[in-house]
Amino acid sequence: MSVEHPEQERGLSRRATECVVALVLIGLACAALWDNYSRGAGWQGGPQSGFFPARIAWLLLAASVVIFINGWRRAEETLVTWTQLAQVMKVFLPLIVYVFAIGYVGIYVASGLLIASFMIAFGSFRWWNPILAAVIIPVATFWIFEMQFQVPLPKGPLEAWLGY
Amino acid sequence: MENIGFLLHGFDVALSWHNVAYMFIGVLLGIFVGVLPGLGGPNGVAILLPLTFGMDPTSAIILLSSIYWGALFGGAITSVLFNIPGEPWSVATTFDGYPMAQQGKAGEALTAAFTASFFGAICGVILITFLAPLVAKFALRFGPAEFFAVYFLTFCSFVGMGKEERAKIVASLAIGFLLAGMGLDTISGAIRMTFGAQELMSGIDFLVVVIGLFGISEILLTIEEGLEFKGKHARIDLMVVFRTWAQVPRYFMTLARSAFAGIWLGVTPGGAVAASFMGYGLAKRFSKNGKNFGSGEIEGVVAPETAAHAAGTSALLPMLSLGVPGSPTAAVLLGGLLIWGLQPGPLLFVEQKDFVWGLIASMYLGNLVGLLIVLTCVPLFAAILRIPFSIIAPIILVICAIGAYTVHNSSFDVVLMMVFGVVGYAMKKTGYPLAPMVLAIVLGDKAEEAFRQSLLASGGKLGIFFSNGLVGTIMVLGLIALFWGVIAKGWSRLRRVPHAA
Repeated sequence: MSVEHPEQERGLSRRATECVVALVLIGLACAALWDNYSRGAGWQGGPQSGFFPARIAWLLLAASVVIFINGWRRAEETLVTWTQLAQVMKVFLPLIVYVFAIGYVGIYVASGLLIASFMIAFGSFRWWNPILAAVIIPVATFWIFEMQFQVPLPKGPLEAWLGY
Repeated sequence: MENIGFLLHGFDVALSWHNVAYMFIGVLLGIFVGVLPGLGGPNGVAILLPLTFGMDPTSAIILLSSIYWGALFGGAITSVLFNIPGEPWSVATTFDGYPMAQQGKAGEALTAAFTASFFGAICGVILITFLAPLVAKFALRFGPAEFFAVYFLTFCSFVGMGKEERAKIVASLAIGFLLAGMGLDTISGAIRMTFGAQELMSGIDFLVVVIGLFGISEILLTIEEGLEFKGKHARIDLMVVFRTWAQVPRYFMTLARSAFAGIWLGVTPGGAVAASFMGYGLAKRFSKNGKNFGSGEIEGVVAPETAAHAAGTSALLPMLSLGVPGSPTAAVLLGGLLIWGLQPGPLLFVEQKDFVWGLIASMYLGNLVGLLIVLTCVPLFAAILRIPFSIIAPIILVICAIGAYTVHNSSFDVVLMMVFGVVGYAMKKTGYPLAPMVLAIVLGDKAEEAFRQSLLASGGKLGIFFSNGLVGTIMVLGLIALFWGVIAKGWSRLRRVPHAA
């Protein structure tokens, strides 16, 4: 769905988003209802384990139906322009890579790479600045968490090679 | 006046050298998270909470509550200097604070804001000192039905007094309850709503949710604006401070009004955000300078800051005395109590005197420390925002990831944090409030337990919630709060009728 007015920047329609979110919530409510009723949401010498969540799920279902109807009746407007959304994706996609990279290379290496790539992509620094930041910040983190607080964070092959 | 005695003992606890050090560290960290976009009171506390697992609970709560005070102070700095509210409750401070900075009166604006914050906070703390023990003593008589009624009142106030669409507040609450119910049910031993996922067996930790909802989503929102900070400079010297202080007593009525509004909205979970707007609105309406508001009136800075800080502080009153937090940050602190092995609720005042009174005493000291630090270090904190966002953003992401990981030493939690970051972004964009969801996650288990115990006692009859005067009154108050919008509308219509006739 796109916006009618040509002078406005195109973007995600608020009305469509509201309805989709409401549908997702309806789906969640149904899933919760199914789960709780299949375990038992009634009374068996006392409230069964699904008793309370099932009632909450009915509430969610009712609320999300109302939200859907309200969203459907809404006038068209832009929730977020495509340019803005692209901007958000530029942060979000690296974040996904980062989160999954933690499992393979450890949090320190992944953090260094994240910081450096951000600085190269969004900033205008001399070439050695990102490298410096990518080394200093993880090392400082290592010092604070592993050595001072003795809280182990996920480590990868590099740390193993260094003997930690 | 046994409270005074307890309070003095509390000062004894809070004034040990390491607790004072924690206060300083906490306030400094708090101002940092208050100034930085993407970090704030709730997730600042949530990120640091895992580091306090091994600490003595009193020191831990002093550290974490000091972060809260710092964040409350820090929000004003960015509002005045950069026209960017560092925290939602400082939005109203930008209305007059930034115009003052443009006129070269940034120092005055900041001094006024900090002083007003301090005044608001102290009003809140005095209230806690004298009222919280009474409320707790009263609440000792509560059974499960009464406790459920109090939770009911809390959640109804959210729905009835929220600014957002009612259905969205209800949805937000319901999602929170369902998330809280996920995993092992401690009463029946059943595994609920995990849909076969091993990782969800032990449920979803609210700290991870808070870090995602408030931290990651905030970064995504900030980047959407294509952020570039353009700020004013400010230096506060003693002359400016004294000159501003000489003016403040003139606004006593504004201070008092705002403090009252703030306390009211803090105790009932209206929160600091609503309070700051209400304080601003009240001052605009009743002050003789009201028409100048928005063009750099010092009173327009004083009013919202007093109210926000009074609300932020008094939100701890129901948390301490009833175990019902009045704000998201208070909810995170309450989660902390559970983790440190303390049972929040009225018994805290009986069984953990050192803890409670140490905390209350630290509220006085922490706010004093906060005031001193912000007055002396404004240029330093303003400099943080001059660091390019391309460095700040990834560092905040890394801090959030570390925070989420350390909760249970689990990489799955980092993935969950990311998921809730997207959820939070979507919720904020489409106008779902986050606070009710956080409160429901924290209180969900306790509310459900109270509900089930009450029904067990009554054999499944809902009548137990109206079985005596006390529980009935709280339930009726809850219903009034729930339908407050309708009632207020009807009332104003009733009053208008005689005029028309």
